[in-house]
Amino acid sequence: MSDQTTMRPLKYMGDLDYSVVQQCMHCGMCLPSCPTYLETREERNSPRGRIALMRSIADGELEVTKSFGEEMYYCLGCLACTTACPAGVDYPVLFENARAEIEEADVLFHPERRFWRWLTLKQLFAAQWKLRLVGRALWLYQASGLSRLVRASGVLRLLPENLRELEPTTPIVKRHFSDALIEVIEPAKDQKHRVGMLTGCVQDLVFSDTNRDTVDVLLANHCEVVTPRSQGCCGSLHAHNGDLDQAAVQARHMIDLFDLDSLDAIITNAAGCGSHLKHFSGILKNDADYSEKAKQWDSKVKDISEWLVEINFRKPEGEASDSIRTTYHEACHLCHGQSISSQPRSILNAIPGIKMVELENATDCCGSAGIYNITQPEQAGKLQKDKVACIERTGAELVATANPGCHLQIQNGLGGTAKVRHPVSLLAEAYRNERAGE
Amino acid sequence: MKSPPTSDRINSAFLDSLSELVGGENVLTSPEDLIPYGFDGTAALKAAASCVVLPRATDAVAGVVKLAASRGIPIVTRGSGTGLSGGSVPVVGGIVLCLVHLNKILELDTANLTILCETGVITKAIDDAATPHGLFYPPDPGSIKISTIGGNVANNSGGLRGLKYGVTRDYVMGMEVVLANGDVAWLGSKCVKDVAGYSLKDLFIGSEGTLGIITKVLLKLVPRPVARRTLLASFDSMGAAAKTVSDIIEKQIIPCTLEFLDKKTCASVEDYAKVGLPTKAAAVVLMETDGPVSVVEDEVSAMAAIARENGAIEVEQAEDDAHATRLASARRTAFSALARIRPTTILEDVTVPRSRLVEIVEFVEEVGVRHNLEVATFGHFGDGNVHPTILTDETDHEEMERVELALAEIFTKTIELDGTITGEHGVGLAKKPFLQEQFADASYPMLKQIKLALDPRGLLNPGKIFDLESTNS
Repeated sequence: MSDQTTMRPLKYMGDLDYSVVQQCMHCGMCLPSCPTYLETREERNSPRGRIALMRSIADGELEVTKSFGEEMYYCLGCLACTTACPAGVDYPVLFENARAEIEEADVLFHPERRFWRWLTLKQLFAAQWKLRLVGRALWLYQASGLSRLVRASGVLRLLPENLRELEPTTPIVKRHFSDALIEVIEPAKDQKHRVGMLTGCVQDLVFSDTNRDTVDVLLANHCEVVTPRSQGCCGSLHAHNGDLDQAAVQARHMIDLFDLDSLDAIITNAAGCGSHLKHFSGILKNDADYSEKAKQWDSKVKDISEWLVEINFRKPEGEASDSIRTTYHEACHLCHGQSISSQPRSILNAIPGIKMVELENATDCCGSAGIYNITQPEQAGKLQKDKVACIERTGAELVATANPGCHLQIQNGLGGTAKVRHPVSLLAEAYRNERAGE
Repeated sequence: MKSPPTSDRINSAFLDSLSELVGGENVLTSPEDLIPYGFDGTAALKAAASCVVLPRATDAVAGVVKLAASRGIPIVTRGSGTGLSGGSVPVVGGIVLCLVHLNKILELDTANLTILCETGVITKAIDDAATPHGLFYPPDPGSIKISTIGGNVANNSGGLRGLKYGVTRDYVMGMEVVLANGDVAWLGSKCVKDVAGYSLKDLFIGSEGTLGIITKVLLKLVPRPVARRTLLASFDSMGAAAKTVSDIIEKQIIPCTLEFLDKKTCASVEDYAKVGLPTKAAAVVLMETDGPVSVVEDEVSAMAAIARENGAIEVEQAEDDAHATRLASARRTAFSALARIRPTTILEDVTVPRSRLVEIVEFVEEVGVRHNLEVATFGHFGDGNVHPTILTDETDHEEMERVELALAEIFTKTIELDGTITGEHGVGLAKKPFLQEQFADASYPMLKQIKLALDPRGLLNPGKIFDLESTNS
C-alpha cells in the first residue's frame, strides 16, 4: 500500500461517481451466484471482493497492480451478481472502468498480449472489412478441405500450444455474409413497424443465416427492416476488454448508421451485443455531440425476443424442422444483462412440435463469456463441462440459445450429441414450413 | 492482561509454519488477497487483516490454533462473512481463520433424525439434504443461501420461522470445538435427553468465536410439514398491523412466520424482486402457516379473519407454493434491497416482548423524525424482533453523529421495555458499547469470568462482545 499523493491519478475509475462503489453494502448475496467464487471460495474472486478492491483503489489505499489486473480478467463479466444483488450495484460499469484503468496502467504488459490486443481491438474488430477479409480467408481454408489436410499433416504441432488447442474450436465461417443475404431495405406486407437490424461482427461471418432468419421473422410480423451495410462491432468487445475509448468510436459509428427518428426499434439477436448496445448513453456521456442521440439509441435497442413479445408476434402454424425435445440455455447477457428470461421461452413454446424441457442451472454461465474461453481456458472449460452435463441430463436433442459465444461454446462442448440453434431461427423455420404446407 | 499482540509477530517464520500446516496456497498475505477479508456484512466497519488462513481439514484448524497460541497471535474465525454486527471483522495483528472449505455433510442419520456437518456447510444445503428424506431443518436466517452453519451456531442465528420453530440453538445437539490452546473437544450427543455435566455446547452457541472454534455441528431434524399456506395482508397503519400480530398470538395461533414490512421496505423489495408486494400501504404483514392440511386451512382462515377485523385494506393468499416461496425469498432481501435508497444501510435487530411491539415501533418512528433521519422498519413481528434500518451516508460525519444518537436512544428504550439489544445478529463490535446497559447486574462480569476460563490469554476474537480491559469483576 502506498501514500495517496504518490499514486498515479485514476483516469477511468476516477471519473466514476463514488456512490457506485459505495452502493455495494457487502452483504454477500452475490457470493453463491459467482462462478469464480464458487470455484475457489476466496473473497477476492467474488463480486463483493472485487468491488472492495476497487473501493480501496478509489480511496487511495491500493494501487492498480498486476494482481488486481489478473483478478479483473479472472472475472467472467457474466453479470450473475447483478441479478443476485438486491442493492442494485451497477457492476457492469464498475467492471468496464476497472478493466480500462488496468489497461491504462499497463500492469498486465506482455509483448504477445499487446500484439493480440492491437490486432483484434484496433484492427479486426474496429473495421468490419478487415474482419471480413480474414473471414473470407478462413472460409477458403475450411471450405477447400485445406483445414483437414493441415490437421492430418501434423503441421499444427508447430503452433504454440494455446493456439493449437484453439484451432479445432475455430467457428465455421459462412460462405455468404449478412450483406449478401439481406437487402438494405426489405418492405413488409401490411407494414405496422419500421425497425433497424444489427448484423454484428462475429454474427455477420459465422451466423449470417441467423441474421437472415431474424429479418424473415420481422417481415412475417409486419416490420419493415432497414439494414445498413458494413456495420461491424458495436464496441462491446472493446468495452469488456478495457478499451472504452475505442468502444466510444464504435458506438458513434453505430449511431451514425441509423436514422433513429424513422425507426420504432433497433433489433439485435446477439445477447452479448444487446446488453452493451443498450448502454451507449453511459459510454458517450461526456460527448456533447452524441450524448442525447445515445439516449434515444438506448431506448430503441431491443433484443429480437423482447421485441417479438412486445408486438405480440404471430404464433406459427407450421412446425420447426427440428420439432424435438428442446432445452433453453439462458445467455448471461440476456438474462442477467438485460433481464430477458421469459420472452425466448414464449417464442419456443409458441412453435408447434417443440417439446420444451427446462435446463437445470439454465442461467449459469457456459464459460464462453466473450473471449474468456481464449484468455482463461481452464475456468472456461470447467463451466463448459458443467453446462454440458446439465444439458445431457435433460435428454434434449436440441439446445436453443441466443448468443453466438454461447452457441459456439456449447456446440464445441456437446461435440455433436445435440444441435444448437437460435430461437429465432426455429421460429423462422416454422413460418417457412407453414408456406410449404399450403 | 497481556499487551495486545502486534502485527510483527506475523513474520515470515510464522507464515512458513502456517504454510507447512495448511499448504502455501491456503495462506493469503498479499494486499489484494486480504482487503476483501476486511469486513463482513455490517455497514461502516472494516479493519485490515494481516493474514488469512483457509484450512482444508478439521485437524489443520487445531494445528493453526496451537501454532497461533504458541506465538500469542489472535484468531478471528469466519465463515461466509455475512454477519451483521462486525463479529468477524479482523483484529489488527491477528489472523483470519476462514472455514468455508470445511463444507462436507458427514452423516444424515434417518433413524435418529440428525445430521452431522462440517462447520463450513451452507445453511440451505442442510435443509436441501434433509428434504428428500421427508426431513426439515427449520432455521432460515436471511442469508440462508450464503451463511455457514458454523457461523449460524456461533451467532445463534434466527430467521423467519423463529416463532414456531425457534432458533439455531433449538437444533444443536452436539459439536466439535477447537479450544484456545488447540485441544479438540466433543460436546453434547445424539441423545434426546442428556444432562451429563454442564451443558457445555450451549456455552459455545452464540459465543461469536470468542470461546472456541466450532469445527463440526450435530443438528436435530424434524419431519417436513406436508402443507403450507401464505397470506399477505396490507394495512393503512403500523398500529393495525402490530395489533393483528398480537391478536393472532393471543388467539393461540402459532404460525411459522409473521413478518412485517413498512412502506419504504416494501417499495425497495418490490423494486428489486417484482413479486407484487403492495407498495402503497403503510404496513404489510406476511404470514405463513405449515403443518397438516386441515390445520393449515383452519389457521389461514382464522388469520385472514383477524386481519380483516383489524381493518386490513387487502388480504391475499399466495396462489401456489412457488408464489409463496417467491414472497419469502423477496422478504429475505429486505435489508440489501433497502441499500438502494442511500449509500449506507445500518440495520439493527432490537427485540422486545411481543406485547411491547407497538411501543418500540412507534418509538423508532419518532426517533427518526426527531433526528431527521431516514428510517425503514421491517422484521419478525411474531418474535417481537424488529429491524429498524437507518438509511444514511457514512461519509457524512454530521449525519452519522445523529445516527449514533438515534441508535443509543433506541437501545435504551428497548432495555426499558424489557427487551434485548440484539435478537439474532449478535453483539460483535456494533453493539458492544450497549451491552453493559442491558447486563446491568452481576451478569456482565460473568462474561469475563467465562472468557478467561476458556481463553485466558484473550486470543480468540478479542474485542468482540465486550472488552476484557473494561470489565471489573
